[in-house]
Amino acid sequence: MQSSLMRRLSVVDLYLWAFRIVVLVVVVWGMIGTIMARRYPGEVWIDFVVYGLSQGSIYALIALGYTMVYGILRMINFAHGEVFMSGAYTAYFVAAAFGRSGYLDRNPVVSLLVVLAVAMITSTAIAVLLERVAYRPLRGSPRLVPLIAAIGASFFLQYAFRGFFGSGFQAYPETQVLKGTWAIAGISILRTQAVVLVAAVLMMLGLYAFVMRTKTGTAMRAVSEDREAAALMGIDVDRAIVIAFAVGASMAGAAGFLYALVFKQVHFFMGFIPGIKAFTAAVLGGIGNIPGAMLGGLFLGIFESAGPILFLDGLGIVAPYQLKDVIAFTMLVMVLIFRPSGIMGERLVVKKA
Amino acid sequence: MALLEVENLHVYYGNIHALKGISLKVDPGEIVTLIGANGAGKSTTLKTISGLLRPRGGQITLAGEDLSAMSPHGIVAKGVVHVPEGRRIFGRLSVTENLEMGAFTRTDRSGIEADLERVFGMFPRLRERRAQVAGTLSGGEQQMLATGRGLMTRPKVLLLDEPSMGLAPVLVDLIYDSIKEINASGTTILLVEQNAFMALSVASRGYVLQTGEVVLQGSAADLKANEEVRRAYLGG
Repeated sequence: MQSSLMRRLSVVDLYLWAFRIVVLVVVVWGMIGTIMARRYPGEVWIDFVVYGLSQGSIYALIALGYTMVYGILRMINFAHGEVFMSGAYTAYFVAAAFGRSGYLDRNPVVSLLVVLAVAMITSTAIAVLLERVAYRPLRGSPRLVPLIAAIGASFFLQYAFRGFFGSGFQAYPETQVLKGTWAIAGISILRTQAVVLVAAVLMMLGLYAFVMRTKTGTAMRAVSEDREAAALMGIDVDRAIVIAFAVGASMAGAAGFLYALVFKQVHFFMGFIPGIKAFTAAVLGGIGNIPGAMLGGLFLGIFESAGPILFLDGLGIVAPYQLKDVIAFTMLVMVLIFRPSGIMGERLVVKKA
Repeated sequence: MALLEVENLHVYYGNIHALKGISLKVDPGEIVTLIGANGAGKSTTLKTISGLLRPRGGQITLAGEDLSAMSPHGIVAKGVVHVPEGRRIFGRLSVTENLEMGAFTRTDRSGIEADLERVFGMFPRLRERRAQVAGTLSGGEQQMLATGRGLMTRPKVLLLDEPSMGLAPVLVDLIYDSIKEINASGTTILLVEQNAFMALSVASRGYVLQTGEVVLQGSAADLKANEEVRRAYLGG
Protein backbone atom coordinates (compact mmCIF):
# COMPACT_ATOMS: atom_id res chain seq x y z
CA MET A 1 0.00 0.00 0.00
CA GLN A 2 2.67 2.39 1.13
CA SER A 3 5.01 1.59 -1.71
CA SER A 4 2.35 1.74 -4.40
CA LEU A 5 1.35 5.17 -3.10
CA MET A 6 4.96 6.25 -3.28
CA ARG A 7 5.25 4.97 -6.80
CA ARG A 8 2.14 6.79 -7.92
CA LEU A 9 3.30 10.01 -6.37
CA SER A 10 6.66 9.82 -8.02
CA VAL A 11 5.08 9.17 -11.42
CA VAL A 12 3.00 12.29 -11.05
CA ASP A 13 6.06 14.17 -9.88
CA LEU A 14 8.02 12.91 -12.83
CA TYR A 15 5.33 14.09 -15.19
CA LEU A 16 5.22 17.52 -13.53
CA TRP A 17 8.98 17.83 -13.67
CA ALA A 18 8.93 16.90 -17.34
CA PHE A 19 6.28 19.55 -17.92
CA ARG A 20 8.27 22.13 -16.04
CA ILE A 21 11.44 21.31 -17.98
CA VAL A 22 9.67 21.44 -21.32
CA VAL A 23 8.16 24.83 -20.53
CA LEU A 24 11.50 26.14 -19.29
CA VAL A 25 13.31 24.91 -22.37
CA VAL A 26 10.73 26.48 -24.66
CA VAL A 27 10.90 29.75 -22.75
CA VAL A 28 14.70 29.89 -22.71
CA TRP A 29 14.95 28.81 -26.34
CA GLY A 30 12.47 31.47 -27.34
CA MET A 31 14.20 34.17 -25.34
CA ILE A 32 17.60 33.37 -26.80
CA GLY A 33 16.11 33.31 -30.26
CA THR A 34 14.41 36.67 -29.80
CA ILE A 35 17.46 38.32 -28.31
CA MET A 36 19.85 36.93 -30.90
CA ALA A 37 17.63 38.13 -33.71
CA ARG A 38 17.91 41.73 -32.38
CA ARG A 39 14.76 42.62 -34.19
CA TYR A 40 13.46 44.73 -31.32
CA PRO A 41 15.39 47.75 -30.07
CA GLY A 42 15.44 48.79 -26.41
CA GLU A 43 12.68 51.39 -26.74
CA VAL A 44 10.25 48.72 -27.85
CA TRP A 45 10.89 46.75 -24.70
CA ILE A 46 10.34 49.85 -22.60
CA ASP A 47 7.05 50.33 -24.40
CA PHE A 48 6.11 46.76 -23.63
CA VAL A 49 6.86 47.24 -19.97
CA VAL A 50 4.96 50.53 -19.72
CA TYR A 51 1.99 49.07 -21.54
CA GLY A 52 2.21 45.98 -19.34
CA LEU A 53 2.30 48.05 -16.17
CA SER A 54 -0.74 50.09 -17.12
CA GLN A 55 -2.68 47.02 -18.25
CA GLY A 56 -1.46 45.15 -15.19
CA SER A 57 -2.53 47.87 -12.81
CA ILE A 58 -6.08 47.49 -14.15
CA TYR A 59 -5.89 43.75 -13.52
CA ALA A 60 -4.51 44.49 -10.07
CA LEU A 61 -7.43 46.76 -9.20
CA ILE A 62 -9.93 44.10 -10.24
CA ALA A 63 -7.93 41.36 -8.54
CA LEU A 64 -8.26 43.17 -5.21
CA GLY A 65 -11.99 42.49 -5.22
CA TYR A 66 -11.49 38.78 -5.80
CA THR A 67 -8.87 38.54 -3.14
CA MET A 68 -10.72 40.54 -0.48
CA VAL A 69 -13.93 38.57 -0.87
CA TYR A 70 -11.99 35.32 -0.88
CA GLY A 71 -10.02 36.39 2.17
CA ILE A 72 -13.13 37.06 4.19
CA LEU A 73 -15.59 34.44 2.85
CA ARG A 74 -13.39 31.82 1.14
CA MET A 75 -15.60 32.33 -1.88
CA ILE A 76 -14.72 33.22 -5.47
CA ASN A 77 -17.07 35.95 -6.59
CA PHE A 78 -17.26 35.06 -10.26
CA ALA A 79 -19.62 37.96 -10.90
CA HIS A 80 -16.80 40.37 -10.10
CA GLY A 81 -15.92 40.84 -13.78
CA GLU A 82 -19.50 41.95 -14.34
CA VAL A 83 -19.30 44.32 -11.40
CA PHE A 84 -16.37 45.89 -13.26
CA MET A 85 -18.39 46.00 -16.49
CA SER A 86 -21.44 47.58 -14.81
CA GLY A 87 -19.35 50.43 -13.47
CA ALA A 88 -17.68 51.15 -16.79
CA TYR A 89 -20.94 50.81 -18.72
CA THR A 90 -22.97 53.08 -16.47
CA ALA A 91 -20.20 55.66 -16.38
CA TYR A 92 -20.27 55.62 -20.18
CA PHE A 93 -23.65 57.35 -20.17
CA VAL A 94 -22.33 60.17 -18.03
CA ALA A 95 -19.17 60.44 -20.10
CA ALA A 96 -21.18 60.50 -23.31
CA ALA A 97 -23.41 63.27 -21.97
CA PHE A 98 -20.35 65.30 -20.96
CA GLY A 99 -18.85 64.61 -24.39
CA ARG A 100 -21.96 65.82 -26.22
CA SER A 101 -22.25 69.00 -24.19
CA GLY A 102 -18.56 69.73 -24.69
CA TYR A 103 -18.02 69.91 -20.93
CA LEU A 104 -15.55 67.03 -21.14
CA ASP A 105 -13.05 69.21 -22.97
CA ARG A 106 -13.87 72.44 -21.20
CA ASN A 107 -13.29 70.96 -17.79
CA PRO A 108 -11.65 67.57 -18.23
CA VAL A 109 -10.47 67.06 -14.66
CA VAL A 110 -13.86 67.62 -13.06
CA SER A 111 -15.75 65.64 -15.65
CA LEU A 112 -13.36 62.70 -15.52
CA LEU A 113 -13.57 62.67 -11.73
CA VAL A 114 -17.36 62.65 -11.95
CA VAL A 115 -17.27 59.78 -14.43
CA LEU A 116 -14.88 57.91 -12.15
CA ALA A 117 -17.16 58.49 -9.17
CA VAL A 118 -20.18 57.21 -11.09
CA ALA A 119 -18.29 54.07 -12.09
CA MET A 120 -17.16 53.40 -8.54
CA ILE A 121 -20.57 54.07 -7.00
CA THR A 122 -22.41 51.89 -9.53
CA SER A 123 -20.04 48.96 -9.05
CA THR A 124 -20.24 49.28 -5.30
CA ALA A 125 -24.03 49.41 -5.31
CA ILE A 126 -24.29 46.37 -7.55
CA ALA A 127 -21.84 44.32 -5.49
CA VAL A 128 -23.56 45.21 -2.22
CA LEU A 129 -26.92 44.29 -3.73
CA LEU A 130 -25.52 40.98 -5.02
CA GLU A 131 -24.11 40.17 -1.61
CA ARG A 132 -27.42 40.90 0.03
CA VAL A 133 -29.77 39.05 -2.33
CA ALA A 134 -27.59 36.33 -3.84
CA TYR A 135 -24.79 35.45 -1.44
CA ARG A 136 -25.83 36.17 2.12
CA PRO A 137 -28.86 33.84 2.10
CA LEU A 138 -26.50 31.06 0.98
CA ARG A 139 -23.83 31.74 3.59
CA GLY A 140 -24.48 28.51 5.50
CA SER A 141 -24.62 26.22 2.47
CA PRO A 142 -21.81 24.13 0.96
CA ARG A 143 -19.12 26.13 -0.81
CA LEU A 144 -20.20 25.11 -4.28
CA VAL A 145 -23.61 26.74 -3.88
CA PRO A 146 -22.55 30.40 -3.62
CA LEU A 147 -20.07 29.74 -6.41
CA ILE A 148 -22.90 28.71 -8.71
CA ALA A 149 -24.95 31.67 -7.52
CA ALA A 150 -22.02 33.88 -8.52
CA ILE A 151 -21.92 32.39 -12.01
CA GLY A 152 -25.66 32.94 -12.25
CA ALA A 153 -25.28 36.53 -11.10
CA SER A 154 -22.60 37.02 -13.70
CA PHE A 155 -24.92 35.91 -16.52
CA PHE A 156 -27.75 37.92 -15.05
CA LEU A 157 -25.72 41.13 -15.16
CA GLN A 158 -24.33 40.49 -18.63
CA TYR A 159 -27.72 39.85 -20.15
CA ALA A 160 -29.43 42.59 -18.18
CA PHE A 161 -27.00 45.09 -19.71
CA ARG A 162 -27.40 43.50 -23.11
CA GLY A 163 -31.16 43.63 -22.79
CA PHE A 164 -31.26 47.27 -21.80
CA PHE A 165 -28.47 48.72 -23.90
CA GLY A 166 -27.99 46.33 -26.82
CA SER A 167 -25.20 44.02 -27.79
CA GLY A 168 -23.08 46.54 -29.69
CA PHE A 169 -19.99 48.43 -28.63
CA GLN A 170 -20.54 51.92 -27.25
CA ALA A 171 -17.75 54.35 -27.99
CA TYR A 172 -16.43 56.28 -25.01
CA PRO A 173 -15.86 59.92 -25.85
CA GLU A 174 -12.23 60.97 -26.00
CA THR A 175 -10.74 63.80 -24.03
CA GLN A 176 -8.41 66.11 -25.93
CA VAL A 177 -6.03 66.43 -22.98
CA LEU A 178 -5.46 62.70 -22.87
CA LYS A 179 -4.61 62.34 -26.54
CA GLY A 180 -1.00 61.91 -27.51
CA THR A 181 1.98 61.25 -25.33
CA TRP A 182 3.96 62.76 -22.49
CA ALA A 183 7.69 62.52 -22.27
CA ILE A 184 8.62 61.33 -18.80
CA ALA A 185 12.29 60.77 -18.00
CA GLY A 186 13.08 60.58 -21.68
CA ILE A 187 10.49 57.92 -22.39
CA SER A 188 7.40 58.89 -24.26
CA ILE A 189 4.33 57.45 -22.64
CA LEU A 190 0.77 57.50 -23.89
CA ARG A 191 -1.10 59.95 -21.70
CA THR A 192 -3.90 57.51 -20.97
CA GLN A 193 -1.38 54.95 -19.80
CA ALA A 194 0.27 57.42 -17.49
CA VAL A 195 -3.10 58.41 -16.02
CA VAL A 196 -4.09 54.78 -15.57
CA LEU A 197 -0.84 53.94 -13.85
CA VAL A 198 -0.90 56.90 -11.49
CA ALA A 199 -4.59 56.53 -10.64
CA ALA A 200 -4.28 52.81 -10.02
CA VAL A 201 -1.25 53.23 -7.78
CA LEU A 202 -3.04 55.92 -5.75
CA MET A 203 -6.12 53.73 -5.38
CA MET A 204 -4.07 50.76 -4.25
CA LEU A 205 -2.12 52.81 -1.72
CA GLY A 206 -5.40 54.17 -0.39
CA LEU A 207 -6.86 50.70 -0.10
CA TYR A 208 -3.78 49.35 1.58
CA ALA A 209 -3.80 52.16 4.13
CA PHE A 210 -7.50 51.54 4.75
CA VAL A 211 -7.01 47.85 5.39
CA MET A 212 -3.84 48.19 7.46
CA ARG A 213 -4.39 51.43 9.36
CA THR A 214 -8.07 51.95 10.09
CA LYS A 215 -10.20 50.27 12.71
CA THR A 216 -12.65 49.00 10.09
CA GLY A 217 -9.79 47.60 8.04
CA THR A 218 -8.33 45.84 11.06
CA ALA A 219 -11.77 44.43 11.85
CA MET A 220 -11.97 43.07 8.29
CA ARG A 221 -8.64 41.34 8.76
CA ALA A 222 -9.84 39.96 12.07
CA VAL A 223 -13.01 38.59 10.47
CA SER A 224 -11.05 37.00 7.63
CA GLU A 225 -8.89 35.24 10.17
CA ASP A 226 -11.52 33.98 12.60
CA ARG A 227 -15.11 34.96 11.96
CA GLU A 228 -16.44 33.55 15.23
CA ALA A 229 -13.79 35.12 17.45
CA ALA A 230 -14.37 38.44 15.68
CA ALA A 231 -18.09 38.22 16.45
CA LEU A 232 -17.22 37.53 20.09
CA MET A 233 -15.25 40.78 20.18
CA GLY A 234 -18.32 42.72 19.11
CA ILE A 235 -17.45 43.03 15.42
CA ASP A 236 -20.51 42.96 13.19
CA VAL A 237 -19.41 40.21 10.82
CA ASP A 238 -22.10 40.85 8.20
CA ARG A 239 -21.09 44.47 8.06
CA ALA A 240 -17.40 43.59 7.64
CA ILE A 241 -18.33 41.27 4.77
CA VAL A 242 -20.42 43.95 3.06
CA ILE A 243 -17.53 46.40 3.40
CA ALA A 244 -15.15 43.90 1.81
CA PHE A 245 -17.53 43.55 -1.14
CA ALA A 246 -18.03 47.31 -1.35
CA VAL A 247 -14.37 48.22 -1.23
CA GLY A 248 -13.42 45.52 -3.72
CA ALA A 249 -16.20 46.63 -6.03
CA SER A 250 -15.22 50.29 -5.85
CA MET A 251 -11.75 49.26 -7.02
CA ALA A 252 -13.36 47.31 -9.87
CA GLY A 253 -15.45 50.36 -10.76
CA ALA A 254 -12.32 52.50 -10.90
CA ALA A 255 -10.69 49.82 -13.04
CA GLY A 256 -13.70 49.91 -15.35
CA PHE A 257 -13.29 53.65 -15.80
CA LEU A 258 -9.56 53.33 -16.51
CA TYR A 259 -10.17 50.45 -18.90
CA ALA A 260 -12.62 52.60 -20.82
CA LEU A 261 -10.06 55.42 -20.97
CA VAL A 262 -7.55 53.09 -22.61
CA PHE A 263 -9.82 51.09 -24.90
CA LYS A 264 -12.39 53.82 -25.50
CA GLN A 265 -15.37 51.52 -25.69
CA VAL A 266 -17.72 49.51 -23.52
CA HIS A 267 -19.64 46.35 -24.22
CA PHE A 268 -21.86 44.05 -22.16
CA PHE A 269 -19.30 41.23 -22.36
CA MET A 270 -16.26 43.39 -21.59
CA GLY A 271 -16.01 42.10 -18.00
CA PHE A 272 -15.42 38.48 -18.84
CA ILE A 273 -11.81 38.38 -20.02
CA PRO A 274 -10.45 41.06 -17.65
CA GLY A 275 -12.34 39.31 -14.86
CA ILE A 276 -10.71 35.97 -15.58
CA LYS A 277 -7.32 37.64 -16.02
CA ALA A 278 -7.69 39.46 -12.72
CA PHE A 279 -8.68 36.21 -11.07
CA THR A 280 -5.49 34.73 -12.53
CA ALA A 281 -3.57 37.68 -11.10
CA ALA A 282 -5.12 37.12 -7.68
CA VAL A 283 -4.17 33.43 -7.73
CA LEU A 284 -0.73 34.35 -9.01
CA GLY A 285 -0.15 36.67 -6.07
CA GLY A 286 -1.68 34.28 -3.56
CA ILE A 287 -5.42 34.56 -3.22
CA GLY A 288 -6.57 36.27 -0.05
CA ASN A 289 -3.40 38.34 0.04
CA ILE A 290 -3.87 42.04 -0.80
CA PRO A 291 -0.30 43.02 -1.74
CA GLY A 292 -0.19 39.71 -3.61
CA ALA A 293 -3.13 40.72 -5.78
CA MET A 294 -1.44 44.01 -6.63
CA LEU A 295 1.86 42.34 -7.50
CA GLY A 296 0.12 39.53 -9.35
CA GLY A 297 -1.75 42.03 -11.51
CA LEU A 298 1.33 44.02 -12.45
CA PHE A 299 3.30 40.85 -13.08
CA LEU A 300 0.60 39.39 -15.31
CA GLY A 301 0.34 42.67 -17.22
CA ILE A 302 4.05 42.80 -17.99
CA PHE A 303 4.18 39.11 -18.76
CA GLU A 304 1.32 39.43 -21.16
CA SER A 305 2.71 42.44 -22.97
CA ALA A 306 6.36 41.43 -23.19
CA GLY A 307 5.94 37.65 -23.02
CA PRO A 308 4.63 36.85 -26.48
CA ILE A 309 7.50 38.57 -28.28
CA LEU A 310 10.11 37.54 -25.74
CA PHE A 311 9.23 33.86 -25.62
CA LEU A 312 7.48 33.11 -28.89
CA ASP A 313 9.02 35.33 -31.52
CA GLY A 314 12.35 33.57 -31.21
CA LEU A 315 10.62 30.26 -31.88
CA GLY A 316 9.58 31.55 -35.27
CA ILE A 317 5.91 31.82 -34.40
CA VAL A 318 4.11 34.29 -36.60
CA ALA A 319 2.05 37.03 -34.93
CA PRO A 320 2.94 35.95 -31.40
CA TYR A 321 0.89 38.75 -29.91
CA GLN A 322 -2.25 36.82 -30.80
CA LEU A 323 -1.10 34.27 -28.26
CA LYS A 324 -0.88 36.57 -25.25
CA ASP A 325 -3.87 34.90 -23.61
CA VAL A 326 -2.22 31.53 -24.08
CA ILE A 327 0.76 32.87 -22.18
CA ALA A 328 -1.39 34.33 -19.42
CA PHE A 329 -3.31 31.14 -18.84
CA THR A 330 -0.28 28.88 -19.19
CA MET A 331 1.13 30.93 -16.39
CA LEU A 332 -2.01 30.30 -14.32
CA VAL A 333 -1.64 26.56 -14.86
CA MET A 334 2.05 26.73 -13.99
CA VAL A 335 1.33 28.58 -10.77
CA LEU A 336 -1.43 26.19 -9.80
CA ILE A 337 0.88 23.24 -10.35
CA PHE A 338 4.11 24.49 -8.87
CA ARG A 339 3.17 27.08 -6.32
CA PRO A 340 -0.50 26.76 -5.46
CA SER A 341 -0.19 29.31 -2.69
CA GLY A 342 0.94 32.02 -5.14
CA ILE A 343 3.88 34.43 -5.08
CA MET A 344 3.03 36.06 -1.75
CA GLY A 345 0.81 33.32 -0.42
CA GLU A 346 1.72 31.77 2.86
CA ARG A 347 0.92 28.25 3.86
CA LEU A 348 -1.98 28.52 6.20
CA VAL A 349 -0.85 27.39 9.60
CA VAL A 350 -3.90 26.72 11.70
CA LYS A 351 -2.98 27.18 15.30
CA LYS A 352 -5.07 25.20 17.71
CA ALA A 353 -4.88 25.66 21.45
CA MET B 1 -31.43 40.19 41.43
CA ALA B 2 -29.05 38.03 39.50
CA LEU B 3 -26.95 39.82 36.90
CA LEU B 4 -26.89 36.96 34.43
CA GLU B 5 -29.61 34.39 34.52
CA VAL B 6 -30.06 31.30 32.36
CA GLU B 7 -33.36 29.50 32.60
CA ASN B 8 -34.28 26.09 31.30
CA LEU B 9 -31.93 26.32 28.30
CA HIS B 10 -32.30 23.75 25.51
CA VAL B 11 -29.74 23.62 22.73
CA TYR B 12 -29.40 21.17 19.86
CA TYR B 13 -26.59 20.35 17.44
CA GLY B 14 -28.71 19.04 14.59
CA ASN B 15 -30.60 16.24 16.26
CA ILE B 16 -28.32 15.95 19.24
CA HIS B 17 -29.84 17.38 22.37
CA ALA B 18 -26.77 19.06 23.86
CA LEU B 19 -28.28 21.11 26.68
CA LYS B 20 -31.32 19.66 28.38
CA GLY B 21 -32.82 22.46 30.36
CA ILE B 22 -29.89 24.13 32.09
CA SER B 23 -30.63 26.84 34.63
CA LEU B 24 -28.05 28.93 36.41
CA LYS B 25 -27.56 32.40 37.73
CA VAL B 26 -24.64 34.67 38.42
CA ASP B 27 -24.92 37.48 40.93
CA PRO B 28 -23.07 40.79 40.50
CA GLY B 29 -19.43 40.55 41.56
CA GLU B 30 -19.35 36.77 41.78
CA ILE B 31 -17.10 34.18 40.22
CA VAL B 32 -19.24 31.20 39.31
CA THR B 33 -17.80 28.10 37.76
CA LEU B 34 -19.18 25.37 35.53
CA ILE B 35 -17.33 22.12 35.94
CA GLY B 36 -17.81 18.77 34.32
CA ALA B 37 -16.25 16.24 32.01
CA ASN B 38 -15.61 16.62 28.29
CA GLY B 39 -18.89 16.89 26.41
CA ALA B 40 -20.93 17.81 29.47
CA GLY B 41 -22.11 20.99 27.76
CA LYS B 42 -19.94 23.61 29.46
CA SER B 43 -18.66 25.29 26.32
CA THR B 44 -22.06 24.91 24.67
CA THR B 45 -23.59 26.87 27.53
CA LEU B 46 -21.11 29.71 27.07
CA LYS B 47 -21.52 29.72 23.29
CA THR B 48 -25.26 29.99 23.69
CA ILE B 49 -24.98 32.85 26.17
CA SER B 50 -22.67 34.75 23.80
CA GLY B 51 -25.01 34.20 20.85
CA LEU B 52 -22.89 31.86 18.73
CA LEU B 53 -25.52 29.16 19.18
CA ARG B 54 -29.27 29.69 19.16
CA PRO B 55 -31.27 28.03 21.94
CA ARG B 56 -34.37 26.10 20.95
CA GLY B 57 -35.93 26.80 24.30
CA GLY B 58 -35.30 28.75 27.45
CA GLN B 59 -34.19 32.22 28.31
CA ILE B 60 -30.97 34.16 28.91
CA THR B 61 -31.27 37.50 30.65
CA LEU B 62 -28.77 40.16 31.64
CA ALA B 63 -30.17 42.28 34.48
CA GLY B 64 -33.65 41.34 33.32
CA GLU B 65 -33.04 42.04 29.60
CA ASP B 66 -33.51 39.12 27.22
CA LEU B 67 -30.34 38.23 25.29
CA SER B 68 -31.43 35.02 23.61
CA ALA B 69 -32.45 36.57 20.29
CA MET B 70 -29.54 39.03 20.01
CA SER B 71 -26.59 38.80 17.62
CA PRO B 72 -23.16 38.03 19.10
CA HIS B 73 -21.95 41.59 18.55
CA GLY B 74 -25.13 42.96 20.12
CA ILE B 75 -24.51 40.83 23.20
CA VAL B 76 -20.94 42.15 23.45
CA ALA B 77 -22.28 45.67 23.31
CA LYS B 78 -24.58 44.79 26.24
CA GLY B 79 -21.53 43.83 28.29
CA VAL B 80 -21.31 40.04 28.12
CA VAL B 81 -18.01 38.92 26.66
CA HIS B 82 -16.87 35.41 25.88
CA VAL B 83 -13.15 34.52 25.86
CA PRO B 84 -13.36 31.33 23.85
CA GLU B 85 -11.66 28.00 24.37
CA GLY B 86 -8.33 27.69 22.60
CA ARG B 87 -7.76 31.46 22.90
CA ARG B 88 -8.66 32.22 19.26
CA ILE B 89 -6.48 35.29 19.05
CA PHE B 90 -5.99 36.90 15.63
CA GLY B 91 -2.61 35.40 14.75
CA ARG B 92 -1.77 37.73 11.89
CA LEU B 93 -2.64 40.91 13.77
CA SER B 94 -0.23 42.57 16.16
CA VAL B 95 -0.72 42.33 19.92
CA THR B 96 -1.92 45.92 20.06
CA GLU B 97 -4.29 45.38 17.14
CA ASN B 98 -5.75 42.34 18.89
CA LEU B 99 -6.41 44.43 21.97
CA GLU B 100 -7.88 47.20 19.85
CA MET B 101 -10.27 44.70 18.34
CA GLY B 102 -11.42 43.95 21.88
CA ALA B 103 -12.38 47.60 22.13
CA PHE B 104 -14.19 47.48 18.78
CA THR B 105 -17.60 48.48 20.11
CA ARG B 106 -16.22 51.38 22.14
CA THR B 107 -15.65 54.93 21.03
CA ASP B 108 -14.22 56.52 24.19
CA ARG B 109 -10.63 57.15 23.10
CA SER B 110 -9.28 58.00 26.53
CA GLY B 111 -11.06 55.07 28.18
CA ILE B 112 -9.56 52.70 25.61
CA GLU B 113 -6.09 54.11 26.24
CA ALA B 114 -6.57 53.68 29.98
CA ASP B 115 -7.74 50.07 29.57
CA LEU B 116 -4.82 49.31 27.27
CA GLU B 117 -2.52 50.53 30.04
CA ARG B 118 -4.43 48.41 32.53
CA VAL B 119 -4.01 45.26 30.42
CA PHE B 120 -0.31 46.01 29.88
CA GLY B 121 0.00 46.58 33.63
CA MET B 122 -1.62 43.24 34.35
CA PHE B 123 0.44 41.39 31.72
CA PRO B 124 3.80 43.16 31.28
CA ARG B 125 4.84 40.49 28.75
CA LEU B 126 2.23 41.83 26.36
CA ARG B 127 3.66 45.32 26.60
CA GLU B 128 7.08 43.99 25.63
CA ARG B 129 5.56 42.31 22.60
CA ARG B 130 2.99 44.90 21.65
CA ALA B 131 4.20 45.33 18.07
CA GLN B 132 4.75 41.62 17.51
CA VAL B 133 2.41 39.50 15.39
CA ALA B 134 0.21 37.59 17.83
CA GLY B 135 0.72 34.23 16.12
CA THR B 136 4.32 34.22 17.31
CA LEU B 137 3.40 34.40 21.01
CA SER B 138 3.74 31.41 23.32
CA GLY B 139 0.65 29.61 24.61
CA GLY B 140 0.71 31.43 27.92
CA GLU B 141 1.15 34.79 26.26
CA GLN B 142 -1.71 33.99 23.90
CA GLN B 143 -3.95 33.25 26.89
CA MET B 144 -2.91 36.58 28.42
CA LEU B 145 -3.73 38.28 25.14
CA ALA B 146 -7.11 36.53 24.86
CA THR B 147 -7.97 37.53 28.41
CA GLY B 148 -6.76 41.06 27.87
CA ARG B 149 -8.67 41.31 24.61
CA GLY B 150 -11.82 40.28 26.47
CA LEU B 151 -11.17 42.91 29.12
CA MET B 152 -10.82 45.61 26.47
CA THR B 153 -14.55 45.32 25.81
CA ARG B 154 -14.99 46.50 29.43
CA PRO B 155 -17.42 43.69 30.22
CA LYS B 156 -20.01 43.46 32.95
CA VAL B 157 -19.82 39.68 32.74
CA LEU B 158 -16.75 37.85 31.48
CA LEU B 159 -17.26 34.29 30.22
CA LEU B 160 -13.97 32.42 30.41
CA ASP B 161 -13.69 29.06 28.65
CA GLU B 162 -10.82 26.84 29.84
CA PRO B 163 -8.27 29.56 30.53
CA SER B 164 -5.78 27.05 31.95
CA MET B 165 -5.88 24.60 29.05
CA GLY B 166 -2.47 23.46 27.90
CA LEU B 167 -0.54 25.83 30.15
CA ALA B 168 2.41 25.09 32.43
CA PRO B 169 1.53 25.21 36.16
CA VAL B 170 3.37 28.51 36.69
CA LEU B 171 1.33 30.11 33.95
CA VAL B 172 -1.90 28.62 35.27
CA ASP B 173 -1.21 30.37 38.57
CA LEU B 174 -0.46 33.60 36.77
CA ILE B 175 -3.69 33.43 34.77
CA TYR B 176 -5.70 32.62 37.88
CA ASP B 177 -4.15 35.55 39.75
CA SER B 178 -5.27 37.76 36.91
CA ILE B 179 -8.78 36.27 37.08
CA LYS B 180 -8.96 37.15 40.78
CA GLU B 181 -7.64 40.63 40.04
CA ILE B 182 -10.21 41.19 37.29
CA ASN B 183 -12.96 40.04 39.61
CA ALA B 184 -11.72 42.21 42.46
CA SER B 185 -12.00 45.24 40.20
CA GLY B 186 -15.72 44.57 39.81
CA THR B 187 -16.15 42.26 36.82
CA THR B 188 -18.49 39.32 37.26
CA ILE B 189 -17.06 36.06 35.93
CA LEU B 190 -18.55 32.82 34.68
CA LEU B 191 -15.69 30.35 34.47
CA VAL B 192 -15.69 27.04 32.63
CA GLU B 193 -12.94 24.63 33.59
CA GLN B 194 -11.88 21.04 33.39
CA ASN B 195 -9.36 21.83 36.07
CA ALA B 196 -12.08 21.71 38.74
CA PHE B 197 -9.69 22.19 41.63
CA MET B 198 -8.37 25.50 40.30
CA ALA B 199 -11.82 26.69 39.39
CA LEU B 200 -13.32 25.90 42.79
CA SER B 201 -10.43 27.61 44.55
CA VAL B 202 -11.35 31.00 43.04
CA ALA B 203 -15.11 30.66 42.62
CA SER B 204 -17.75 31.40 45.22
CA ARG B 205 -20.27 28.99 43.73
CA GLY B 206 -20.29 26.24 41.18
CA TYR B 207 -22.49 24.05 38.99
CA VAL B 208 -21.61 20.51 37.99
CA LEU B 209 -22.71 19.58 34.48
CA GLN B 210 -23.20 16.07 33.18
CA THR B 211 -24.44 15.26 29.65
CA GLY B 212 -26.24 18.54 29.29
CA GLU B 213 -27.83 18.78 32.71
CA VAL B 214 -26.97 20.42 36.00
CA VAL B 215 -26.53 17.52 38.39
CA LEU B 216 -25.19 19.41 41.37
CA GLN B 217 -24.82 22.97 42.53
CA GLY B 218 -23.67 24.76 45.61
CA SER B 219 -20.99 26.87 47.21
CA ALA B 220 -17.44 26.19 46.12
CA ALA B 221 -16.54 24.91 49.55
CA ASP B 222 -19.47 22.44 49.59
CA LEU B 223 -18.60 21.18 46.11
CA LYS B 224 -14.98 20.74 47.07
CA ALA B 225 -16.05 18.69 50.07
CA ASN B 226 -18.62 16.64 48.14
CA GLU B 227 -17.65 12.98 47.83
CA GLU B 228 -18.90 12.54 44.27
CA VAL B 229 -17.21 15.69 43.04
CA ARG B 230 -13.98 14.66 44.70
CA ARG B 231 -14.07 11.27 43.06
CA ALA B 232 -15.13 12.39 39.61
CA TYR B 233 -13.37 15.74 39.12
CA LEU B 234 -10.79 16.32 41.79
CA GLY B 235 -8.96 13.04 41.42
CA GLY B 236 -9.20 11.94 44.98
